[in-house]
Amino acid sequence: MAVTKMFGASVKRREDPRLLTGRGNFTDHIRLPGTLVMAIKRSPHAHARIVRIDTSKARAIPGVVAVYTGQDLVDKLAPVPCAWLIPDSDLKVPTYRAVTVDKVRYVGDAVAVVVAENRYAAQDAVEAIDVEYEPLPAVVDQEKALEAGAPQLYDEVPNNLAFHWKLHAGDFDAAWDAAEVRLSRRLVNHRLIPTAMEPRGALAAYNPGTGELTIWCTSQNPHVHRLLLSAVTGLPETRIRVIATDVGGGFGSKIPMYAGEMIAAAISKDLGRPIKWIETRQENYVATIHGRDHIQYVDIAAKRDGTITGVRVRAYANLGAYLSTAAPGVPTWLFGLMLQGPYAIPVVHCDVYGVLTNTTPTDAYRGAGRPEATYLLERMIDLLARELGMDPAEIRRKNFIPKDKFPYTTPTGLQYDSGDYEATLDRALELVDYRNLRQQQAELRQQGRYIGIGFSTYVEVCGLAPSQAAGAMGFQGGLWESATVRVHPTGKVTVFTGSNPHGQGEETTFAQLVADELGVPFEDVEIVHGDTEMVPFGMGTYGSRSTAVGGAALVHACRKVKEKAQRIAAHLLEVSPEDIVFENGRFFVKGAPDRAMTFQEVALQAYLAWKLPRDIEPGLEATHFFDPVNNTFPFGCHICVVEVDPETGKVNFLKYVAVDDVGNVINPMIVDGQVHGGIAQGLAQAVYEYAAYDETGQLLTASLMDYALPKASMLPSFTVDRTVTPTPVNPMGVKGAGETGTIASTPAVANAVIDALAPFGIDHIDMPLTPERIWRAIREHAR
Amino acid sequence: MQITVTVNGVTYTHDVEPRLLLVHYLRDVLNLTGTHIGCDTSQCGACTVLMNGKAVKSCTIFAVQADGAEITTIEGLARDGQLHPVQEGFWEKHGLQCGYCTPGMIMTAVDFLQRNPNPTEEEIRHAIEGNLCRCTGYQNIVRAIQYAAEKMRSGS
Repeated sequence: MAVTKMFGASVKRREDPRLLTGRGNFTDHIRLPGTLVMAIKRSPHAHARIVRIDTSKARAIPGVVAVYTGQDLVDKLAPVPCAWLIPDSDLKVPTYRAVTVDKVRYVGDAVAVVVAENRYAAQDAVEAIDVEYEPLPAVVDQEKALEAGAPQLYDEVPNNLAFHWKLHAGDFDAAWDAAEVRLSRRLVNHRLIPTAMEPRGALAAYNPGTGELTIWCTSQNPHVHRLLLSAVTGLPETRIRVIATDVGGGFGSKIPMYAGEMIAAAISKDLGRPIKWIETRQENYVATIHGRDHIQYVDIAAKRDGTITGVRVRAYANLGAYLSTAAPGVPTWLFGLMLQGPYAIPVVHCDVYGVLTNTTPTDAYRGAGRPEATYLLERMIDLLARELGMDPAEIRRKNFIPKDKFPYTTPTGLQYDSGDYEATLDRALELVDYRNLRQQQAELRQQGRYIGIGFSTYVEVCGLAPSQAAGAMGFQGGLWESATVRVHPTGKVTVFTGSNPHGQGEETTFAQLVADELGVPFEDVEIVHGDTEMVPFGMGTYGSRSTAVGGAALVHACRKVKEKAQRIAAHLLEVSPEDIVFENGRFFVKGAPDRAMTFQEVALQAYLAWKLPRDIEPGLEATHFFDPVNNTFPFGCHICVVEVDPETGKVNFLKYVAVDDVGNVINPMIVDGQVHGGIAQGLAQAVYEYAAYDETGQLLTASLMDYALPKASMLPSFTVDRTVTPTPVNPMGVKGAGETGTIASTPAVANAVIDALAPFGIDHIDMPLTPERIWRAIREHAR
Repeated sequence: MQITVTVNGVTYTHDVEPRLLLVHYLRDVLNLTGTHIGCDTSQCGACTVLMNGKAVKSCTIFAVQADGAEITTIEGLARDGQLHPVQEGFWEKHGLQCGYCTPGMIMTAVDFLQRNPNPTEEEIRHAIEGNLCRCTGYQNIVRAIQYAAEKMRSGS
């Protein structure tokens, strides 16, 4: 039996054969006899009172089985839950009905639901529903929503203010007074649409005979959805099975509990038939969460040598019309805690106002809070460098937390696990050939060509944990992960993980971990995820936590299995367990390698149980719930090089270098892929993507024709490299790798563009840095 | 209306509504769910199939327009258990993550490589503009298509 060390190997993904041949198990592929198709009638108004709903024409369409209004569902569904109740913030959670009854509060709010024998009849019926509205003034901007006289979304939320959250660490006023340099700016981190390529959807099948609800749905966290579905439908968790095997991308947008899935479940229960609902892309754009939309007023206190002595932020987060599942936590904890970044900034002072507006609800989108903090710091440190005439690389180096200070406790109370920030900066400088590049930049400027070099040195918090911290932050759940490792009599292994990868490749990386731990062939390991009936419990895949937390649970479970197997082997080989050595899948007697049993032989004996001592139970499996002592903190340096055409404002990418440190790496190919995709999304925020509303609350970018999702021709190739600083937080020394690219890239790109425009006297333009905005800025500065 | 279509070598005859989209015919009538739907404006390309050898977006074509046509979907690409070189390239070069855009992306690449067996990176990026991927940043998709191009050239 060949056993190789799999950790660190770019093993090809075992997910791929089914996905490459059209045999994936996506929600919309599941067919059940007797299924009805559901479609949702959505509001075209951002804010309006519902006067009357006439469903008679819809009901008369052949094939239509039922039509529900909000009133019809009030006693069948509890409101959509919010599950991050941030403390000490005077948080107000307004009632969020799956189908609204009185008012619509954003374009896309559900007003009625149709079920029909086929999708064409359902869509016809949606069109045939006649809703009379009394339009109300709408507000889409979070600062305007707070002004006196602004339209009010809820009676119970005065001034549309859902919360005011504070994190004050140190005395900012003193730092400000003592500062030799003071910088103040208003920065906008604009609204984005996650756009997983698979739209959301559900197939809900309630069996009136057994009282069981099975629901296939597009979920990053099936057990969390089971729990929340239980709460809103009244069905016990034991009667609900959530299945989400293949999910076509999430990026945070498939974490929340949404109206659509809840309605499908309730109607299936009501009619006793399977109900399928798959949103259209337009529905996805108005009714699946958006991300970011953060307006920040920033003050930086510094010394003339470039040392930053304090940062103060007043931020206005646009939460949309309702509070989505994790919405309050994203612009607060996930943002404020990271406001010192990789720098030894002693004072952090943060106030966040969470504001309700007549827009699509916002929630966690890849990075979630950390991109907002990183962009803010990286933009400001560049402004400071320019103010002081310092090199942007050197001002960062000057402020870095030195590598001998880890673990490092931040003023905001985090403990950074491990780091060597300078090493990533140095490596990135080397890869772009920085000195020559600056020289080239100066020469080209003489010729009227504008090259820009942009930096982003970042640290982020991920591998989200531990549960105690989750509780303190008001997160209504634990942040551990579970794994069950089941060894079969043949020595083959099935792993049941609570993580639910949807593109991140853990079916492969987890099998690599098991193969190494148990010394069994990679092919003998099966990874099961995404089914609440099979997996004991799981918190799911988000916050770059699957491998750091879920993978660690798996390794611990393997070690429990190994320990039991070792005791069995010792008994059968007639020595004490301490005298057994386990290597490459073999148990043997210390000093007598011929007296040995393979892992598979021990597994068989565990199940035969013919010769087990009384104190060892038959069977060979273990479960571990892993609750780490801390998050992990990946870091790195990204450098982007662009050329801006001053005539058109167009940005061309010349080079992009990313040096990340995510600790030890199990599968480099997969981690590189995560970094590529992450950079693409963050880069696109800087120069392309923008969810635009008009003043009446119409989403102007409500389709893929209008929203600037990057195409292949719009992106460069990325040069990625790594340093390795393991974390002590889990047994593998791995940190999360799913979000680093997105967090790091946005400011690297923005800084590059602004650097290119320096000769025009431009020191800031709000994103996205579209040709038009750049062109206008150049013209304005030319005057 | 009655249509006769050959899909992955099998000939089918069905009565269909004139407004039935080809993608719904493939998925809902023939149960070939490997062809995905990612948008409603023909931007994403997840539904791309080959019709008479050419890549088309099956959400933009009515089933009745495919009457008499030969269609190849992702399910029909591998032959005798052997992946097509493009499928192989995507596996080798990690050209997919969630796998949702993958069938359409592969069908587009198959068509493209028939027309341009030795493409540059820029030509590849241009050729797949009608197919959107949110996971990969396209870099490994480009490498996957380069891999396939090389393999197909050396095989022919």
